[in-house]
Amino acid sequence: MTIFYKNQLARKGIWPALGFTVLLSACGGGSSNSSPEPVPPTPPAPVTYTYEVSLTNLTHAQPLSPVAVILHNDGALFELGASATVAMENLAESGDNSQVLAQDMVLASASGAGVIMPGMSETVSVSLVDTKPMMLSTATMLVNTNDAFSGINAMSLETLAVGESISLRTSSYDSGTEKNSETMATIPGPAAGGEGFNAERDDVNFIAMHSGVISSDDGLMQSVLTQAHRFDNPTLAISVTRVE
Amino acid sequence: MKFFKAASAIALALSSSALMAQELDVKFTNLTQGIYYTPILMSAHNDTMSLFSAGTAATPELQMMAEGGDISGLVTLLEAANANNAANPASGLLAPGQSTTAMLSTDEGNTYLSIVTMLLPTNDGFAGLSRWKIPSEAGSYTFNINAYDAGTEANNEVINGGGAPGVLGIPAAPGMDAGTGGTGVTTEESNTTVHIHRGSLGDDNLTAGKSDLDNTVHRWLNPVARVTVTVK
Repeated sequence: MTIFYKNQLARKGIWPALGFTVLLSACGGGSSNSSPEPVPPTPPAPVTYTYEVSLTNLTHAQPLSPVAVILHNDGALFELGASATVAMENLAESGDNSQVLAQDMVLASASGAGVIMPGMSETVSVSLVDTKPMMLSTATMLVNTNDAFSGINAMSLETLAVGESISLRTSSYDSGTEKNSETMATIPGPAAGGEGFNAERDDVNFIAMHSGVISSDDGLMQSVLTQAHRFDNPTLAISVTRVE
Repeated sequence: MKFFKAASAIALALSSSALMAQELDVKFTNLTQGIYYTPILMSAHNDTMSLFSAGTAATPELQMMAEGGDISGLVTLLEAANANNAANPASGLLAPGQSTTAMLSTDEGNTYLSIVTMLLPTNDGFAGLSRWKIPSEAGSYTFNINAYDAGTEANNEVINGGGAPGVLGIPAAPGMDAGTGGTGVTTEESNTTVHIHRGSLGDDNLTAGKSDLDNTVHRWLNPVARVTVTVK
């Protein structure tokens, strides 16, 4: 059921995340800004700020849902110790990034082309015209979990000049919105094929670092996961480059 | 651990201003989902002090903190060295997801920051920062810290109130979410120096099994805490 689609094409614009559906071509339709494609040859007037976000999945067997990349001037995707937004709950439980991309604070956004399989990479490009964005955030779900996600939360872009990069490795967070039962019915990834989003919050209801999956091999009999699905930090290698 | 502005801080440390008194805010955040911290000890101290060092056996004072959450021994050591301490800034336990902030006014020469606090429920796990050079440049410095094992007690994962140094067992599970009847995970601690904690095992049986810990609640991955130091 999981279709892997590796694509280095830069793309942008808001579109609904379609789980593991292959998205075929770059498309600017419905974009939240007015620029055409990421690197326009010689646009007559406006200044464009474009950032390329390269992500590598460092896990052994945790496919990552289509990433959400947003530029914003205020706000954050989440706050450690605080309740997850419904948008982040959706991303963390089902891999659906559409609500994260549609948040009010978003100035420009881009979705990854599809699932990033373990060991694979993707580069996503996001642009904003005329206004220099202050912050970049990105998030993706570890799909063979109940509600784990990884990403960058409101990283400052203020000092990033054209041609410069910021490279970092990110840890995994637990959205705290779904108990880590690891049962087949509750994990949406290919290891289980269970339910994604569920509005009920039956866990601690605050965001914390993820404690990892246990798996049936390591003592959680009800778990559909095996030793192969365990992970440790860091989860993702991310590089953010300002290209214009 | 990630240091920001570390290079410039070291450079400035060699200049005259570095030995002067400083005003700091130190924020400590519990990043875990199910682990509590016992009273936290933050200290700005001089170059001669060290609360712990990975690969070195714990002092009896560190053992008191790591096995039972008792920071009094370390406070006595630090006071004898004229350190500036913030002892127990959270006024008790720091729950999962929660933060606490302490103000530290440092005396001349107390240019190293150390922080220790026990993880509950564990036998002798603690979150630790040792001898972080306090930057002389004003600014905000954020980094994550890891969980260590004091190496002084076997991680049997049995909750029996055993918090005194040398008494086998976990003092308590403050979240009241642990089990009973565990037979004990191990009676040995082969590495008796301070080392990165291998994590708790736990099990999925709250009335039997090897461990009293719940493997879906009491495990963690590093990092376990975040520290933000604001140098004014």
